[in-house]
Amino acid sequence: MITSERTIRNYSKLAIPSADLLLYGICPHPLKCGLGLTIGGGAVFPEVNFTLPPMNMTDETWPEVVAHYEQMAEQILRRAASLAVPGIVLEFELLPPMTERPEWGAELTALLKQHLNAYHDKFHLAAALRVTPTDIRDQVKPPLMRTGPPWERLKRSLELCAEAGADILSIESIGGKEVHDQALMFGDFRGIVFALGVLAPRDMSWLWGEIGDICGRHPGVVAGGDSACGFANTAMQLAHQKMLPEVLAAVVRSMSAVRSLAAFEQGALGPSKDCAYEGPVLKAITGYPISMEGKSASCAHFSPLGNIAAAMCDLWSNESVQNVRLLSGNAPEVFTELLAYDCRLMNSAAASAGGALQMRSWMVSSDEWLSPQAAVLSPEATLKIATAIVGADSPYPRTLAAGRAAVEILKDGVARGKLHLSRKEQQWLTRIDEALDALPKDEAALMRDLESHYGSLYDKASYGL
Amino acid sequence: MSQSKDLYEAILNGDAKKAHAATEAALAAGTAPMDLIQNSMVPAMDEVGQLFEAEEYFVPELLLAGRAMKSTMELIKPLLSASGQKMKLRVVIGTVKGDLHDIGKNIVASMLEGGGFEVIDLGTDVSPESFVAAVKDRDPQVVCMSALLTVTMPAMKLTIDALTTAGVRTQVKVLVGGAPVTQQYAREIGADGYSENANGAVGLVRKLLVETQ
Repeated sequence: MITSERTIRNYSKLAIPSADLLLYGICPHPLKCGLGLTIGGGAVFPEVNFTLPPMNMTDETWPEVVAHYEQMAEQILRRAASLAVPGIVLEFELLPPMTERPEWGAELTALLKQHLNAYHDKFHLAAALRVTPTDIRDQVKPPLMRTGPPWERLKRSLELCAEAGADILSIESIGGKEVHDQALMFGDFRGIVFALGVLAPRDMSWLWGEIGDICGRHPGVVAGGDSACGFANTAMQLAHQKMLPEVLAAVVRSMSAVRSLAAFEQGALGPSKDCAYEGPVLKAITGYPISMEGKSASCAHFSPLGNIAAAMCDLWSNESVQNVRLLSGNAPEVFTELLAYDCRLMNSAAASAGGALQMRSWMVSSDEWLSPQAAVLSPEATLKIATAIVGADSPYPRTLAAGRAAVEILKDGVARGKLHLSRKEQQWLTRIDEALDALPKDEAALMRDLESHYGSLYDKASYGL
Repeated sequence: MSQSKDLYEAILNGDAKKAHAATEAALAAGTAPMDLIQNSMVPAMDEVGQLFEAEEYFVPELLLAGRAMKSTMELIKPLLSASGQKMKLRVVIGTVKGDLHDIGKNIVASMLEGGGFEVIDLGTDVSPESFVAAVKDRDPQVVCMSALLTVTMPAMKLTIDALTTAGVRTQVKVLVGGAPVTQQYAREIGADGYSENANGAVGLVRKLLVETQ
């Protein structure tokens, strides 16, 4: 039985030092969890995520909510068993009302675990349940991260879900987002770096210390990992809509790995969250397994990373799909089938000598130079960014180093004629490059510089400042 | 005239300091505040909108232009009030009850402001009662609601119902938007319009108001 140990780790070298060793389905520290599942031990498994169709969530509709989850769990697992899936992770992402009322989230956690137990007993399906409460700490402005009723409810939600049968606890935390949102929208690179390199890692360290403690009190429950969803995925979606430059989204993604790493520094064992496209950098540094999503998550959102995102994954996810009827069944079971075949192909390729490397190569070359965001996600780019991060000793300089590495990867791609940028994108890349050079060397100076602009947006005590 | 051109250029380039200075100079030279709005500010923001639509501008350029325009409005608004004039078109905007995701809403608000509308931003997690109160107190022509979650979408209908119950629904046009929202959903809940993006929202507000007049 694995328990999360509250070990503070400081990563100064890579767990996976060579791009050829950075493969899907395998990692130096595989995770044994749940009902006989080993993640990162040689095979990729589906991680299925599902949610409600549009509906009110009230006391009156609660039985209907429960019925949806009952149906989704049953249909997903039935389809998985039909396809002889060897292992599966169900991810239950709580909706805000389910975190606001922790008992609701716990009730559904228990329900889902009951279904997993039944299929494990009947079909020997190796399985685990990842539970991800919503980070609801931004209900007041400025948000209070470490105190107050929202944090108390979130903490209770984590506790109750752990008690109710979660195998892996995760969160998509939002510390620093109150500054990042504004800085991103105004293209203020200094504000972006401050949010990602100063505020977010401070909150991550504190929060994942708390999550680690909760897991420590519940043997068998693993502290999984986080995602820079509210930061880098926001940038990715806005870039897709031509609202932000893609090069900015790519650099934000690379820098965001530093704040997501803090979960592992605080003892998380993986897998990091599916929507954490910064996952390969985390895997290279820590050696722990990661979950990723790409082409089979198009039900939830666009990404220019459909194939390349799978190149180094240990779990392969659909991000989220609503329980709506499609021709062959309800959407969650349909996406279970898609993921099952994706994983079967990857695992089948890996079964032959050199097959995983060849398969990875195809997945990478399919996407790598079609988008700046894909260009920073190749195994070689991943290692450059990861190496830059471990070469510095604290979050702020690490964030700068990751940003510089990303800019160099993009500039190099352009110089070699591989990456084609529009005039506007090229202008932004130059602007980001210059902004990185102009940033102060220490975070205190940056904080002073930005106080008048962003000081009112965040609560200093929430970040130990 | 040259100050008006300076103001136009400053807004186009998102330079709030220069916009502020150009406005001060134009007012000192005797330019009427409403002339500055009509001849410099609104045309500049129109061009910004066109550049954004043509993918020549990203949101940061758009918002910086909006910020430059806002800084000039701080100078102009008191003068308009003193002369009994006021911004004619007012929009109340917010994310619905239970929804804290405000990036899209902020972009729409900024673009509306840039388009010459007075925007009353109620923020996030806005209850139906707060929308009703804002309509009663601020007399807007348009209410814009945003939701990012499937479970908060129903709050849009609750808000429209609350406007009806309060007897103010016919005073305003109601627009809805957000990732999971569709045209069909907008029709089903009785909204007057839906836009899938921020730029479209501004055009839609204008279109609805023209139809009303």
